[in-house]
Formats: sequence, C-alpha cells, structure tokens
Amino acid sequence: MTILEGTIHGSYIVQDITIQETILRRLEALGIIPGTRLMLLNRKKNGTSIIKVRGTRWAIGREIAGGILVEQAGGGQDE
Amino acid sequence: MSKNTINVGFAGNPNCGKTTLFNAYTGANLKVANWPGVTVEKKEGEASYKGQKLKLTDLPGLYSLTSYSIEEKVTRRCIMEDDIDVIINVVDASALERNLYLTLQLLELGKPVILALNMMDIVEERGMEIDLHRLPELLGGIPVVPVSARKRTGLDVLMHAVVHHYEEKHSPRVVEYSQDLEERIRLLEQALTRQEPGIINARWHAIKLLVQDEEQVEEHPIDLPEILDRSYEQEIINQKYAYIEEIIEDTLFYKGNKVAFTDRVDEVLTHPIWGMPIFFGVMALVFFLTFTVGDFLKGYFEIGLDAVCGLVLGLLTRLSIADWLISLVVDGILAGVGGILTFLPNIFILFLALAILEDSGYMARVAYVMDGLMGRLGLSGKAFLPMVLGFGCTVPAIMATRALEKERDRRRTILVTPFMSCSARLPIYVLFAGMFFGRFQVLAALSMYVIGLGMAILVAYAAHRLEREKHENVLLIELPEYKTPNARTIGIYVWGKVKDYLTKAGTTIFVASIIIWFLLNFGTGGMVEEVSESFGAMVGRFLVPVLAPAGLGLWQVGVALISGISAKEVVVSSFCVLFGISNVNSAGGMTALTEQLASSGFGTLNAYCLMLFCLLYVPCAATIGVIRRETDSLAFTLKMILFQLLVAWGVSVLVFQAGRLFL
Repeated sequence: MTILEGTIHGSYIVQDITIQETILRRLEALGIIPGTRLMLLNRKKNGTSIIKVRGTRWAIGREIAGGILVEQAGGGQDE
Repeated sequence: MSKNTINVGFAGNPNCGKTTLFNAYTGANLKVANWPGVTVEKKEGEASYKGQKLKLTDLPGLYSLTSYSIEEKVTRRCIMEDDIDVIINVVDASALERNLYLTLQLLELGKPVILALNMMDIVEERGMEIDLHRLPELLGGIPVVPVSARKRTGLDVLMHAVVHHYEEKHSPRVVEYSQDLEERIRLLEQALTRQEPGIINARWHAIKLLVQDEEQVEEHPIDLPEILDRSYEQEIINQKYAYIEEIIEDTLFYKGNKVAFTDRVDEVLTHPIWGMPIFFGVMALVFFLTFTVGDFLKGYFEIGLDAVCGLVLGLLTRLSIADWLISLVVDGILAGVGGILTFLPNIFILFLALAILEDSGYMARVAYVMDGLMGRLGLSGKAFLPMVLGFGCTVPAIMATRALEKERDRRRTILVTPFMSCSARLPIYVLFAGMFFGRFQVLAALSMYVIGLGMAILVAYAAHRLEREKHENVLLIELPEYKTPNARTIGIYVWGKVKDYLTKAGTTIFVASIIIWFLLNFGTGGMVEEVSESFGAMVGRFLVPVLAPAGLGLWQVGVALISGISAKEVVVSSFCVLFGISNVNSAGGMTALTEQLASSGFGTLNAYCLMLFCLLYVPCAATIGVIRRETDSLAFTLKMILFQLLVAWGVSVLVFQAGRLFL
C-alpha cells in the first residue's frame, strides 16, 4: 500500500519509492529511503499528508504520498 | 600563528537556527524565515574574537550538497573555491538524525568543520540526552560545541574553536563505504591525481563522480567506463544514512517519551476541516490589529508632526525666506513625507504580526493547509507562502518565489502576488476608508484584502484553465517545531522593515513630493497662482476621460495615480500636496480633504473605486524592477503591467457603474 491508504497515527516502513527521478533524489537526501520508518501524522481528503521521518515532520503532496510504498511497522498504534 | 582574517561559513539545514546564530554574532539585519530557500543570497558580516578578525558568511540553508538546486551549487562552490577557511555546521540537535547527513557531506569536502549543536534546550525539554564525548569521536574528532542561538549561550566557546581549529586541513575519513565502493573510489582518486596533479581532496571528487554529479562529470571527465558503469548515488546515500543510524544509536538517549508539543498544536492548526478557517481567522486578526492598534498609536505621531510643521513654518517665516521655498518645504516635503510617516504604526504592527507568524513555525503549516485549494489552481501549497508575504511587501514576496522549483510556478506566482495588498497600499485604505466609511472603515479596508486575494485566486485559476499542458505539482516542505517567537529575531526583522519604510519616506517619497510640488506649482508660464494652470493639471486632465467611467474623473486623481507608481504611499502624499493639507491623517485634515473632494462630486462610491484601483493597478517601481530581474524577461514584465492596468480599470468601472445603479 502507499501512504494514501495508511491510517493516521500509524507507523510504517518504506518499501519502495516510485516517483520521478528529481523528487526521488530529494527524498533520498532527506533520508526517506527503503527501510526508513515513518509515521503518518495527518492527511487531508485531497491526499496531502504530514509524515514524521527521522524526527522531522514533512508536508507532502498527494503525488509523493502515493509514490511511497509502505508496510505496517511493529509498534504502531493501530495494529 | 594567526591570520589577518578568518573566513567562516555558516552551513546547516533550513530551520536549524543558523541565521539566528549568525545574527547573534553580527547583529546583521537578516530575515529569519521558516521555509527553505529564503536565504538564497549570500549574507556576510564581521566579528572579532580576542583580537582575531573574522569574516562570517551565512550560506543558504540546505539539506544536502548535491548539485540539483541553485543553493546547493552556490554553497559547494563557495566552500570549494577557498572562500571559506572553516565551516561552522549548525545542527538542530533535536533533529540530529536528519541534520547529520549534511554534516557527513561537509566533512567529505575536506575543510575544517566545527559542529555547533543548536537547540540543546529543546533536546532536554523532550527528555533526550546526547553523548557529547562519543559524538565527536564518531565524527572524526571535530570539535562539537553545544550552543543556543536564542539564549546566546556557547557563543564564545564556538568562536574559540574556530580560531583554534581553522588551520587543521586534515580531512578525517568518517564514513567508510562498502569494499566495492571504496575500491572504486581508490581507483578514481589515482586516476584524478594522475590527470590533475594539483587536485585537492581527490576523494571528494571521486565520490561525486561515482554519483554522476553533473558539475563534477563536466569539470573532471575521467574515462574509466568499467568503474563508472552507473550511478552509485543510491548506495552512497544508503551507506551514509546507515552510518548516521549507528551514530544515533551510540549517542542519543531517550529518558522519557513525551508527546511532542508540536504534534498537539498541529492536531488543531492542521485539522482537515478547521485548518483553513483558522488560517483565515488568524489573517483577519492580523489585519484587525493592524488597523485598530495602529490607529491608536497613530494619534501620538500626529501630535508630533503638527508640532514639527508649526516649528518649521515659524522658523522659515522668521528667517524671511522666499515664499516659494517655504511652500516647497511645508506644502511639498513636510506634507508628502510627513503624511507618510504617520502611517508608520500601522506598518509596524503588520510586520510584527507577520514576523511572529513566521518565527513561531506557523507559516510552513499554511502551505499544507492551502495545498488543496492551490492544487486546483495548478500550484502547490508552497506557492501560497510568497503570497502571504505579499501582504507585507511585494518586493521580498517576489524574491521568495525562488523557493519554488519550477519556472512555470514561479511566473504564475509572480503574476498573482502583486494582487495581495501590500503594506504600502495600507495608508490609502486607512485614509479613504477613514474619510468616507465612518464606522464601517475597518470593514471597507478589510474588503480590499479579500478582493485582492480573490483576484489572485481568480487569475491563477484562469491561467491554469487556459493552459494546455497539465503539470503535476508536488508539495514537499518541512514543518518545523513550534517555538516561542524570539524577541531579538523579531526585533531585527521588524526594525529592518521600519528602516526600509523610513528610508523610502526619506528618498522615493521625498523626491516624488518635490516633483509633484513642482508639477503643481509651475505651468507653461512659470510659477502659477492657480493649481489648475499647472503642468500637473494638464497631465491629470489628459487622464480624466479614461478614468471617468471608474468614477475617478478628477484630474487630481490622475496625477496621484501616476505618481503612485513610484511608491503606492505616494498616492496619499500626492493628495496631501494636491489639496494642500499638511496633516492629512488627523481628524481636521481628513475633514478638510473630504469637503474639498465632496465639492467636486467625489463621494463614497468614488472613494471605494479609488481604493480598488490602487489595490489592483501597476505595482510600484521597486516591484516592477524586481519582477524584471527575477523573471529575466522584459516582455513578461510589460505584459504584466498592461494586464494589471486593464484589470484595475475593468474592475473599478464595473463596481462604479453597478454601484451607481443601486446607490
């Protein structure tokens, strides 16, 4: 699933990122890479989401949220 | 051994407090913002420590040192080309994991690096602890100095470290990559040294060649296809982060697990439903305070201005100076410049409020809250930030569009930003709403902000619909921790804006007032008795037929609008000069002007149309200049001016004609 299908306040592990090259590179530089743990803090109806990665909150548009493939992590609040 | 001047570069992630720390040393007038890309320009300042002179450079805030963005290229070049002797890497200790990525890249550059661990107070508050002995060991033995830019602690220790470590040219190899990568790096280093015997820090160049860094591939072409068979960027990033995870595991300890304050505040401020109404409420409050508190303070200014006018008039009369000179000073300069100065309290409150919103961390949330609406206009939520800044001044707002990645988004944002009513238009609303709208004056003035915003949205939407190609817009912005706004940071920012305003009053408005005075007092036959025979009246009359359908068919209005292009406040100062009113912002001055206008048939509807026209027509000369510079296109700039003139004329004609039917 992608972040768009995630539950708010859920913890996830990044599996893969499928998005255009330039944005992929920027996400990588921010430490959003396969294996990274992230928490979904908020999401609006249009898909814009807030995630917390490595101690930092990011607002991401629906294109990015839909391009980050994740799976549920252990220790999440919504298991 | 000491050098004449040590060049110190401040590098760090956006929002790490780098600019605040820089300000703590230099006291420079720098803007502190909470989103990436604002400090695109290189800022410099001077400091000294125990007799040692230091030149400090505030490098752009960035997350990494690749060559994808302009900021990253600028920073890299600045550091590599020996402009910098030592790097102070400012790190937000409360977000150590992300910040260390840049640190590892800076270390690879081979220059001496000193780590300034900022925001240690937040670390403590959150129940975290950082092992300050282990951290430097894992970073190749570089000095690590805990500081607080806000509380101004650790500043001397940091400069002490700079003065003592700037000569250490060794580049500790901190990250060991996998065996395969290290072998490739070694072979590339050998090839580079063979090819360019004088090359400094071949390891860094080798790593950059492995990630197929555009700039490096071009500058140092190496023909080793078996080593450079593909980009190893992903591996290199992964291995750096793997090392960072090791560092974090070894040095960062959680004592308790507190729910972050920021998360609780965000539950409310970024609420899916309430987020937007809250934002609009906040902005309404800002403008309400601007008008009410500003007006309260203004009274004292008027008393002062009255006193100065009386004093100068008395002095000039006693010195028996020529009448024309007295007229120039009192009717021209004092009326024009003084009239503008009385609006300083309103401007002060507006910028104070904007600074608090920025410094607290709320502004970045606005990008998230507005992303949905902006998406429908074909823009990302990030484009809304320059627009909010436009409420302050259009010039920095246009410059802030640099934070947008795509040229198309930048131009679109530049096109609509001038519709956001800037503080220079404020005196016009305060004056005309005050004169004609009685107890509805705040409402009338506020409506300008709403109409301006509506116009910006409408134009962006129209441009989006007219576009054939559809673009995807990608929002990616950091939401920093909320923090109590820092008095010093805000003080520096607001003082800068007040100074700009005073400077403008002393230069642009001063000169414009003299020119207008001249145009109104001289005609084809020399100095004139009757204003209606002056050059100004001739120019103004020329515009009367054009402006009449908009209810602005007075020659004085034509003159005021033309002179308003130099700066929007000049519309007000022109009215003062045109109608010979020395203290227009006082009750007496307003009544005098209202009576004079009313006698020419200029009433409430006309006043509203004038406010509308001023809101929408050509931005000031400084804005036109900055648009020309930022878009690098004269054609775009000219088209934009024409477009705005048409919009202003069209809207005010529409309102005036419709209004006449109903009123």
